[in-house]
Amino acid sequence: MSEKILLKGNELLVEAAIEADCRFYAGYPITPQNEVPERMSWRMPQVGGVFIQAESEIAAINMLFGASAAGARCMTSSSSPGISLKQEGISYIAAAELPCVIVNMQRGGPGLGNIRASQGDYFQSVKGGGHGDYRLIVLTPATLQELYDLTLNAFDYADFYRNPVMILGDGILGQMAEPAEAHPYRPLFNLPPKDYILDGCRGRAPRVIRTLFLRPSDSLVQHNLRLQKKYARMQREISLYEEFETADAEVVVTAYGIPGRVAKGAVKRARREGLKAGLIRPLCVWPFPIEPYKRAVKKAKSFLVVEMSQGQFIEDVKLALECRRPVAFLGKGGGWYPSEEEILEQIRHLAAACLKGLKTQRKA
Amino acid sequence: MRIIIAGFGGQGVVLTGNLIARAALKENKNVTGMVAYGAEMRGGTAFAAVIVSDDEIACPFVEIPDAAIVLNQPSLDKFEPDVAAGGLLLVNTSLVKRGPKREDIDRIFVPATEIAQNLGQMKVANLAALGAFVRHTALVKEESVRQAVKDLFSEKNPALTAVNLAAFEAGLEESRFRKAACSASKKP
Repeated sequence: MSEKILLKGNELLVEAAIEADCRFYAGYPITPQNEVPERMSWRMPQVGGVFIQAESEIAAINMLFGASAAGARCMTSSSSPGISLKQEGISYIAAAELPCVIVNMQRGGPGLGNIRASQGDYFQSVKGGGHGDYRLIVLTPATLQELYDLTLNAFDYADFYRNPVMILGDGILGQMAEPAEAHPYRPLFNLPPKDYILDGCRGRAPRVIRTLFLRPSDSLVQHNLRLQKKYARMQREISLYEEFETADAEVVVTAYGIPGRVAKGAVKRARREGLKAGLIRPLCVWPFPIEPYKRAVKKAKSFLVVEMSQGQFIEDVKLALECRRPVAFLGKGGGWYPSEEEILEQIRHLAAACLKGLKTQRKA
Repeated sequence: MRIIIAGFGGQGVVLTGNLIARAALKENKNVTGMVAYGAEMRGGTAFAAVIVSDDEIACPFVEIPDAAIVLNQPSLDKFEPDVAAGGLLLVNTSLVKRGPKREDIDRIFVPATEIAQNLGQMKVANLAALGAFVRHTALVKEESVRQAVKDLFSEKNPALTAVNLAAFEAGLEESRFRKAACSASKKP
């Protein structure tokens, strides 16, 4: 067991990226993720990597396009308004099938919003914030240990599938401090050699990385079909979640990221009160983990979605449940977070409704 | 235990939280820390929220603290009403004219800034307060805090290790404790 270290989420993220051999970082400051570029600015030179404070978010994401095309493991980070600016570049990188890691420590929106934590960028992250038919792998840690581990994995997912990976955090995850075990990097996959990179063509045929497909011979239709095949493969192969007390749960709470850990606290308290509550907590929201919902639906009478946004994550939960059970909603917008007490109150309410339903059934 | 540490910017509230967290980590407890971020200014009020628990910690924010360490008057005024019934309030008597009003909570009084002045280093008042806090709560072992101080200052500024430790030792000894007056029910 490695020793646990105590850092803020944003700082730990940097240590994980460097441990995973990320050697190129470009970014532009924005609260609440400023500790990322700040720490990168002195850590990267220590390990022989590159840190660039770009002139804008748009420049930073396009620097990643270049760094990744040249074969570097690379990362950028920002918070909501900055991530919006990066969307064009993200679409290009997805189209060019280049690996990179993009971190969004979400803040309140829309617009300039505020600097508190939010999950308002869910749709942007999982439904395609930029143009065209592309997908990102979207990882959603709730603890700093998960942030460390998933950051290590993010670079492997990116290289393995040749696809951009987003770490979707929020201001709380970035700003909070919590001990985490900083274990050494071990690749998740047997990674293929990067036989597509532009590293000088002396002695071999030149390569081209592009996102413009005008000639009928290299039809964009074919390119899209190939991308879709890859996305379908990701959906088959990636499914990350925590299931807690779901085996006999009648009320299943579901949340990701920070609300996921708050919900877990509420579910534990509900269990102490004798209520049959459980939790499904996705650690990756694209591909969306459908199996735990399919399993839970057999026992559960109702579901409760908790998110720090006004009804985005709930859509994917309803799709996973195929609308076979009622889904209650507890959402917070504007940079606020749901409390354990509020979630517990909803669980009590839904559990009471289950009981009432049961009595009516018996009477009939 | 959910703890708020509050004072002027520069009094070391973040450092105090960091030391509690590091001491708790040494004892393999779960711990989270959260500080106010954004538009802060020197001399303004600052606070840190620390949670120490044997169980997993759900939310890192502290709305109803079990304990508040307040290093100046504005922090006392702000956080005294929030402390859970049966909880604890630690007051830096050197910088507080109007003492706490509540009697349903335990109170610790420590002249933290005077202790620091006597040691010739104003900055270490927070360590005196931390000493008093640890003596009366036993949340973490005194030795864990001493070790955390040594670890942290060997990174930051080794020259300040001794005076911080001296303030901590003085805080352990020089405080008054007043038990909650009514038998308020302790929060879980």
